[in-house]
Amino acid sequence: MVAAGSKCRTCRGPAVIDLPRHNANFCADHFMELCRRQVAKAIDKFDMLSKEDRILVAVSGGKDSLAVWDILLELGYRADGLYIGLGIGDYSDVSGEYAKAFAAERGLHLITVDLRNDYGFDIPTASKATRRVPCSACGTSKRHIFDKAALDGGYTALVTGHNLDDEAAVLFGNTLRWDVEYLARQLPVLPARDGFPKKVKPLIRLTEREMAAWCIVRGIDYLVDECPMALGNKHLAYKAALNSIEQESPGSKASFYLNFLDNMAPLLAGAGASGVEGLRPCPSCGAPTTGDLCAFCRIAEKSRAHDPVPVELVLSKGRGKR
Amino acid sequence: MKVLLRNPKREVEVEGRYTVNSLLTHLDLPRESHLVICNGTLVPGDAPLAATDLVEIRPVISGGA
Repeated sequence: MVAAGSKCRTCRGPAVIDLPRHNANFCADHFMELCRRQVAKAIDKFDMLSKEDRILVAVSGGKDSLAVWDILLELGYRADGLYIGLGIGDYSDVSGEYAKAFAAERGLHLITVDLRNDYGFDIPTASKATRRVPCSACGTSKRHIFDKAALDGGYTALVTGHNLDDEAAVLFGNTLRWDVEYLARQLPVLPARDGFPKKVKPLIRLTEREMAAWCIVRGIDYLVDECPMALGNKHLAYKAALNSIEQESPGSKASFYLNFLDNMAPLLAGAGASGVEGLRPCPSCGAPTTGDLCAFCRIAEKSRAHDPVPVELVLSKGRGKR
Repeated sequence: MKVLLRNPKREVEVEGRYTVNSLLTHLDLPRESHLVICNGTLVPGDAPLAATDLVEIRPVISGGA
């Protein structure tokens, strides 16, 4: 039995979660109402989606992507899912099971792509072959496949589960480097343009803790384990730093990122335009690129020429090198 | 009480009386990056925990950018 704790701010029933940034506690029903309201507010404010959109949600089997798919459906949007098998050992096998089970239990359409079967390589091999940190090869591969699947499938918007913590951590990293071009592009909506679908992030007003809580109260099974290849990356270090500040000053992450969007992003508009000019189709895959080959095809070419590398080998040699 | 921790998955035995927040502090785990599930139910920071409770501390931070 759970002993009585604090009360819900809205109904005075037993609370299931405390949200220091709202200086309030909520029961399950009113917590879910808060989450739906925050997503609807983000969609409305940034003109992210309409009910006519055909939406493709990038689904990893983790809490954020399953939560955003769930919330969009609850809000009345039409959304299919896309899962990419990245070949990261057991981690990928299990993550795929969570994504497929979520879709099957709800009768949803889930497109699956397998990097090894469909493109002839996997992320551990790509990391080794290109001598890049795994998250770099992984991000490039995922973005390429997201774009292709959305365009091939005739979807009008690609949704990702990036949350407030993700965006605040990226903003923190970009600010530490004063990377003006990246700062200018760090927007929750990237409009469609030649060769790229519209990309939106409806979870920017909700934290990771809130998204994990959403999955728990909704009974959504998700992969709790961390990607073994992400351990020790800078992104996690930035999140830990921001959470340390948040603990002392609740609401800091939301102020940092959301006030950036309101106050700073308009001043930077246009500074991110470089890189769009000079795009031409990749001679191998047709995706837009400024190079001889697109970044994905360069990774694929090097990786396919390399013997497959088990994830354990990359992990054992990669510790301490990031 | 028995406390299930994740990443890596393991179980530890904790002696004494705690609330959710004081247990997280005792284990040196940041409140902003963890949730606590007691006997299958999500519980807020001031919820008291009993010696017979089955407690899971779930990390919520993921690292992909």
